[in-house]
Amino acid sequence: MWFFDWLRVFPPLAVYLAIPLAPLAGSLVAGFWGWKLREQAHWVPIIGVAVAFYMSLAVLWQVGHGITFYGNVYTWAVLGHLPVSVGFDIDSLTALMLVIVTFVSLCVHLYTVGYMRDDPGYARFFSYIALFTFSMVMLVMSNNFLQLFFGWEAVGLVSYLLIGFWFQRESANIAALKAFIVNRVGDLGFLIGIAAIYHYCGSLDYRTVFTVVPHLAGRMVEILPGHPWSVLTWIALLLFVGAMGKSAQVPLHVWLPESMEGPTPISALIHAATMVTAGIFMVVRMSPIYEQSAAALAVVLIIGAATALSMGLIGLVQNDIKRIIAYSTLSQLGYMTAALGASAFSAAIFHLMTHAFFKALLFLAAGSVIHAMANEQDIRKMGGLRKAMPITYFTFLIGSLALSGMPPFAGFFSKDLIIEAVGRSTLPEAGWAEFMLVAGVFVTALYTFRMFFLVFHGAPRMDAHLHAHLHESPWTITVPLVALGIPAVYAGWAYIGPVGLGHFLDTSLVIAPQWNTIGEIGARWQGIGEFLLQGLLAWPFWLTLSGIAVAAWFYGRRPGLPVALTRVLRPFIWVLENKYGFDAFNRIVLVRGVLQFGRWFWHVGDERLIDGVLVNGTAREIGKAALSWRRIQTGYIYHYAFAMIIGLILLMTYFVVWRG
Amino acid sequence: MTYSTLLSDAIWTPILGGLLVLAVGDRRAGAARWLALLVSLVTFAVTIPLFTGFDTHTAAMQFSERVAWIPALNIFYHLGIDGISLWFILLTSFLTVLVIIGSWRNVQERVAQFMAAFLIMEGMMIGVFCALDAILFYVFWEGMLIPMFLIIGVWGGPRRVYATIKFFLYTFLGSVLMLVALLYLYFHSGDSFSLLAFQKTPLGMTAQILIFLALFLAFAVKIPMWPVHTWLPDAHVEAPTGGSVILAAVMLKMGAYGFLRLSLPIVPDASHRLAWLMVALSLIAIIYVALVAIVQEDMKKLIAYSSVAHMGFVTLGFFMFDGVAIEGGIIQMLSHGFISAAMFFCVGVLYDRMHTRNIKAYGGVVNVMPIFAALMMLFAMGNVGLPGTSGFVGEFMVVLGTYQVSPWAAILAATGLITGASYTLWLFKRVIFGGIAHPEVAGLKDLDGREMFVLGALAASTLLLGLWPAPFLDIVHSSVQHLVTQVSLSKIPV
Repeated sequence: MWFFDWLRVFPPLAVYLAIPLAPLAGSLVAGFWGWKLREQAHWVPIIGVAVAFYMSLAVLWQVGHGITFYGNVYTWAVLGHLPVSVGFDIDSLTALMLVIVTFVSLCVHLYTVGYMRDDPGYARFFSYIALFTFSMVMLVMSNNFLQLFFGWEAVGLVSYLLIGFWFQRESANIAALKAFIVNRVGDLGFLIGIAAIYHYCGSLDYRTVFTVVPHLAGRMVEILPGHPWSVLTWIALLLFVGAMGKSAQVPLHVWLPESMEGPTPISALIHAATMVTAGIFMVVRMSPIYEQSAAALAVVLIIGAATALSMGLIGLVQNDIKRIIAYSTLSQLGYMTAALGASAFSAAIFHLMTHAFFKALLFLAAGSVIHAMANEQDIRKMGGLRKAMPITYFTFLIGSLALSGMPPFAGFFSKDLIIEAVGRSTLPEAGWAEFMLVAGVFVTALYTFRMFFLVFHGAPRMDAHLHAHLHESPWTITVPLVALGIPAVYAGWAYIGPVGLGHFLDTSLVIAPQWNTIGEIGARWQGIGEFLLQGLLAWPFWLTLSGIAVAAWFYGRRPGLPVALTRVLRPFIWVLENKYGFDAFNRIVLVRGVLQFGRWFWHVGDERLIDGVLVNGTAREIGKAALSWRRIQTGYIYHYAFAMIIGLILLMTYFVVWRG
Repeated sequence: MTYSTLLSDAIWTPILGGLLVLAVGDRRAGAARWLALLVSLVTFAVTIPLFTGFDTHTAAMQFSERVAWIPALNIFYHLGIDGISLWFILLTSFLTVLVIIGSWRNVQERVAQFMAAFLIMEGMMIGVFCALDAILFYVFWEGMLIPMFLIIGVWGGPRRVYATIKFFLYTFLGSVLMLVALLYLYFHSGDSFSLLAFQKTPLGMTAQILIFLALFLAFAVKIPMWPVHTWLPDAHVEAPTGGSVILAAVMLKMGAYGFLRLSLPIVPDASHRLAWLMVALSLIAIIYVALVAIVQEDMKKLIAYSSVAHMGFVTLGFFMFDGVAIEGGIIQMLSHGFISAAMFFCVGVLYDRMHTRNIKAYGGVVNVMPIFAALMMLFAMGNVGLPGTSGFVGEFMVVLGTYQVSPWAAILAATGLITGASYTLWLFKRVIFGGIAHPEVAGLKDLDGREMFVLGALAASTLLLGLWPAPFLDIVHSSVQHLVTQVSLSKIPV
């Protein structure tokens, strides 16, 4: 294409390098010179990310024409005899992820110009989100586990910094700390998984590892004595623990709702569209490993499906607009994870993509609402916003329809594909998983449109002053909304073939024949029309419709009904409001337990036993002994003479009796 | 190998320079400071050729010097370095420069003596890393205690007497048994005090175990390993900032260095036999001590406990007898040298302004000291072991190497990922983030140029080692390979 042709004058590596380095440069400029640039600080990061987006498009186009790349940039270190490098693996999966990441990032950068304008940390914010783009891109482009982990931790760091962006808020600081530490639990598994890969494959390089992996089938390891496990199951599960942390799967999901303490643009970018999908991406990248282990796939499937349903249910009882969307994100990540379990890797990436668009859209639209509402986030205090904010209303509606899986919006195609793939999975757990996913469809539509109707329809519930000042947001906010709204509409039917059914992604995936769910669907593929028609006749569509209808009835027509229903369902709602007790368990058992152990080790172990008894105790005893023994030194000659004689007698007795 | 006096220069320049600073006297404080800075810079310059002229392809000792010292007892002034010692010499000379700059204003009493103590200590510490004669090693080993003893005892905090006595007795008791072991080795190696000869001396298992335990006591106290670590928090709390920096960054490395230079090659069979003990103690350090660190209320104590936990990775790596794990341990030592130094400097920066180390007295420092907060965030992330910082490299390699030998040990060690993040970031949250909690905090001034230089230099080191550890590992590689071979060969006579 003429649009990318001029890039041929550069060596290919230069194009690839520009993708991470341009945002990094933006981040450094905004970080170091932000105090000087002030409200102009957005220029360099935006240009940097725009360059990265353009280059990503070029790379996608190249990959489409068969130009891929696999190679190293520099050797990070030589571990023993093993060189570990920083390098790139440019294939269809990477190229697609690059475009998604840089596109959403660019939208969020533009949106931030309007949204964060008056914030004193304006430049710092741009520095962080550009740094995030750099880290995420490095993660996606990596050709080895070390760099993957590098990017993995770096996006975690930026997430930590951005959740705690308003560092004067106690709740934000606690949320940031929580996010980091919970993610570290996942990282523990991830790191050990990498160590295991190094142990069994002797390399950290993707290609080398993937060529060794098939030879490991059947090899066992006894992690617990007497319980032999397949090595590949062990590795796959360890890596998945990492994915559970980053992609917020139960029970490591607890940090994500709290991450909403951060500014809204990063909720869209990091905690919905990109970073949280890193775990999904990682598992897809590792498909050669996962496809070797039915046990690992089953765990992935069940955890994903359980997350999809259970987190959606919590979304029903939330009143904070951002938290509802956050629980929705958890639920949707569950769908993606379940797809991974059903070996429908391309469907997972497809949903990742559509979700990135419509969820970023929903978050940014929610930000627009929050902006207009003077930072009010409680949907019970909103209502009737549609008149004042037509663009926000319209784009939010598109996002909601896409999220609920309404045809022909993007979410319908990706979600239906996942449900169908899970339905075709031959894993014994697939039945349960499918049930949870289908039930989740109703729940999704219900919480989404509950939010939608409460915010935009009905009578205004804010005070008159606020109501009088309601206004549509400036163009820097509405333009990104529209930009994200377009793919939220068409990305489903347009990309189901290349992405969802894997016609484009295939080269990056390894799928075992016995679990080729997507392959089966692809074999019966009769075009978009047929797929739509089948979708209209299937359960999920009717569940979506009824979810929307119930929401409209409850929150549009008969606002008294939900209140009455709440009373009847009290115990059930109590469980949901307490989020199944995960937070309480963590707080009471884990946090308090750790502190208790720490104090106990400190005061009893260190102070009383080691210092009190051993160290100072020894000193005390020596002192005491010296005190008593010094009395022997009386200074009287006859005492000493007497002692000498006694000693002499004892010695003589010894020599005579025992030696003689 | 051409004959050179570089090592002697590196040892004696700071010691003689220190005496010169003493001669300048406390009354001319300005002159003493500048002279001390000059001496430390010259010393640093002297150590640079060690790096540029280092041959990475050999495990043999380089820059050797050997002169008879006490011929009657076969004691030599024998110096030489390999890849294991080189980085620690550079670390010592680099940090001494920073300590002298960092202590420029905050020590006002007996300035010349203070500076001289650091310079003399620098020479002694470099001596430990170069000495190849057991007696020379022992002399430097004990000698460096005296300046540190004085630094804590004279310029320390209110409980300095308790802390110094505890520090001195603890470390001295440990070392005395080392002397016994060295003497035993002297008689069994054909009347030689050469460490290289010791490495070739065949020894029975019982003798090896006794020697190992004697050396273990000396080294474990220095590192420090659980349960002989309790002197460290007390010493740190009372020490002036510069003292804490050198103590954490260099002195703690002596013990670990001792294991590499003496224990592993001299008594390999005992090292294998007792590896379980070392691994257990290392894991206790990583888990137990990290939990203790979480609940600390004094910033310096917290960082001191964090040091013990981080050094647990070092000893764990060493006693896996795996090349990657040992190299990881060495990198972890170096990284800890940068990061703990930086963390203690950071505490010093706050202490100079607020005169308290109590975490509760702070909160919201970022509002008034944003540059400081940004730099401390970098060091906190280093302490957490985030990739891109030096803290990651060592821990990563140790976990990788440990998994080869024992998956469970690797899993237990990797819990340091979680606990390390907990105590470091919780500290950071309470001190740096939040609204301004106390009126005193509101008046704080951000870093001055001098502080910025010190922390900036450490930040650059932390990032360099984290982003491109290859050159650091290249230096270490041959020597570690040699060590791995040495420790794999039994020395029990057949």
